[in-house]
Amino acid sequence: MEKFVYIALFAPLVSSLFAGLFAMSKPAKFVGVIASMLLASAFIASSLLAYHVATVGAVHVTLMDWISVANLSIPFGFIVDKISVTMMVVVTLVSTIVHIYSIGYMDHDKSFNRFFSYLSAFVFSMLVLVMSDNFAGLFIGWEGVGVCSWLLIGFWYHKPDLTREQNPSISPSWAANEAFIMNRIADLGMLVGIMILFWVTGSLQYDVVFAALPSIAASVNGSYILVAAAIALFIGAMGKSAQFPLHTWLTDAMEGPTPVSALIHAATMVTAGVFLVIRANPLYSMEAVEGVSFFIAALGTFVAFFAASMALVNRDLKRIIAFSTLSQLGYMFAAAGLGAYWIALFHLAAHAFFKALLFLGGGNVMHAMHDELDIFKMGGLRKKMKWTHIYMFVSSLSLAGIPLFAGFFSKDAIIETAFNEGTIVLWAILVLTAGMTAFYSFRQVFLTFWGDERYKEHGIHPHEMYKFVLIAMSPLAILAVIAGFFQTQFQAFVTSISTLPFGSLPNYEMSEHTHHLVWILTAVVLTVAISGIALAWFKYGKKLIRSEKTENSFIYKLLANQYYIPQLYEAIITKPYAELSQVMWQKVDMKVVDATVDFIARVVYKSGDKSRAMQTGNLSHYLNWMGLGAVLLMVATVIFSIIYNING
Amino acid sequence: MIGLNHYLVLSGLLFAIGLVGVLRRKNLLMLFFATEIILNAANVAFAAISHYYNDLSGQMFAFFIIAVAASEVAIGLGLLILLYKKHGTLNLDDLASMKG
Repeated sequence: MEKFVYIALFAPLVSSLFAGLFAMSKPAKFVGVIASMLLASAFIASSLLAYHVATVGAVHVTLMDWISVANLSIPFGFIVDKISVTMMVVVTLVSTIVHIYSIGYMDHDKSFNRFFSYLSAFVFSMLVLVMSDNFAGLFIGWEGVGVCSWLLIGFWYHKPDLTREQNPSISPSWAANEAFIMNRIADLGMLVGIMILFWVTGSLQYDVVFAALPSIAASVNGSYILVAAAIALFIGAMGKSAQFPLHTWLTDAMEGPTPVSALIHAATMVTAGVFLVIRANPLYSMEAVEGVSFFIAALGTFVAFFAASMALVNRDLKRIIAFSTLSQLGYMFAAAGLGAYWIALFHLAAHAFFKALLFLGGGNVMHAMHDELDIFKMGGLRKKMKWTHIYMFVSSLSLAGIPLFAGFFSKDAIIETAFNEGTIVLWAILVLTAGMTAFYSFRQVFLTFWGDERYKEHGIHPHEMYKFVLIAMSPLAILAVIAGFFQTQFQAFVTSISTLPFGSLPNYEMSEHTHHLVWILTAVVLTVAISGIALAWFKYGKKLIRSEKTENSFIYKLLANQYYIPQLYEAIITKPYAELSQVMWQKVDMKVVDATVDFIARVVYKSGDKSRAMQTGNLSHYLNWMGLGAVLLMVATVIFSIIYNING
Repeated sequence: MIGLNHYLVLSGLLFAIGLVGVLRRKNLLMLFFATEIILNAANVAFAAISHYYNDLSGQMFAFFIIAVAASEVAIGLGLLILLYKKHGTLNLDDLASMKG
């Protein structure tokens, strides 16, 4: 089975290096085709591994000793257990489809080959992240994902900076830097967490660390150490998964090409934070860190609501979808924080399918509309783009949590968990958010595909995407519909005993009481969701009616400007920092550091320049200088001998 | 009575004359004479101090200096003749060819 592990892991790397060879040459279709094939082979290997894990047991391989100094030993090891294999299958499946999609989507771009190189490197980093058997490897993958996201968000780096009014995310390179820097802040937290764990356990291997947790908790001050580690690790997860207050980069990351957005949101980036919490479930389910876990759940719930509220009024197609990801990540954290790790992982997988589909559908619309993203300028596109419409409709139904679709099962389970844990406030917010989710996703669908054809006023002639792209998207559509039916099998798979320690997730079952109420709960959620859709239909189904009064209201403006948080960050962090840098540059660097260095250089230069005059070439002058030197030496000797005699 | 101090004063005067000659003279030949005076100032001092301490090594050193000075003059004068043949002068101001 080892060879499948290596194929799954290294096929994307090979793909990246291969595409990288052609980075400077003309766009060539075959680069994309071969990259997609390599990714597909990684997917097949992952699926075989999933079968192997289910039937035989987990696989643990050690490629080589990586760092081995004194009592620190970090092997380059990979683990394929129930948690990582689930991630691997989801990541490679979505990535393969995104690769194929990109062949069609990026075909007019002059950096076509470079794009595939980055895309595959992104997948490779994510696979290192999920497959590593220790925290160091996880961190390497974590940073790799950060670098690749920077490369891909800033893929169109040549676009100029605009003001915030023209483009809320200023420019691709600005957005890329923002994403990278935000993640860097969080990564510091993560690094601190890893170091705390290493400090108290002396190892970075998951199994060793997790096995040592109970004894640490029992020791003096052990619970404080665990709380500190849990908080620090979660800060890392907050950055990668864009939780409040580090969330602004996620919507700005929409500056990247659409396949990248699909990849970031569905497979390779934002899910990493959720994965970290799921992977570290032995830590987060300790009694000592109960408070942290509850904070995670509360923050997740808050972000779910917070992001959904911003999506309600946004006019940018991709940003609406981005906010919905943010919101769904909040759901996942809510589940993980409440201890329902397998439900979080299940929602992660289901979300990956419908969100990737939603983004790729959005990409089709963008392609058709010549990069126009304002849904107020679309409408009626379903006549021109039948399949894209079906895909978007299906994935929105899934996102809204309509029965029979994947999102219904996973999201409903999270909402039920909140009820089961007795956290009624969280439950109420999550239910309300479900209604908002249904509203904004169908607002987007209706404004894009239904109603009056507003694009005609703007002289755009939309056209459907290439056929092979639409066919490539179909597996996602199928999964977005049927993935939910495998809920019980999924639960049995990830929660049953693994052959390796900590290779599976703790089981989570609803209590008897919740079980009795399950129909009522589902009915409540469903009513809210359907009324959200109905409201969207009522407001936007026929045609777009804009009301000045609403758009000028305080709340509308607050939401449309993302609660003015980007502006706030700019005012209280970016601006003062820039001013401080300016002062440090002009006052400290130029006037102190540079001046000192320049002064030394100037002294040497000037003294040389002045003493050059001594070199007259006249022997007589030289002798005079020599005489002077001799006299000086004599004087010095006399002075020193006097001092010497005085000191005795 | 002529004592050690008289010799040392003579030696000092000779050294001063030689030094002034080295510093002030422009003719290379005169510089040579000046250096000879300096060397002989040292010889006088060596001989006088040697006699004062009843130690012959000072006088031996004086002979060494005379021998070294003689060979130096032999080579130096040869070089001066060549220099004169080449440039037609021994004036240092005219010979300044290494101005930096």
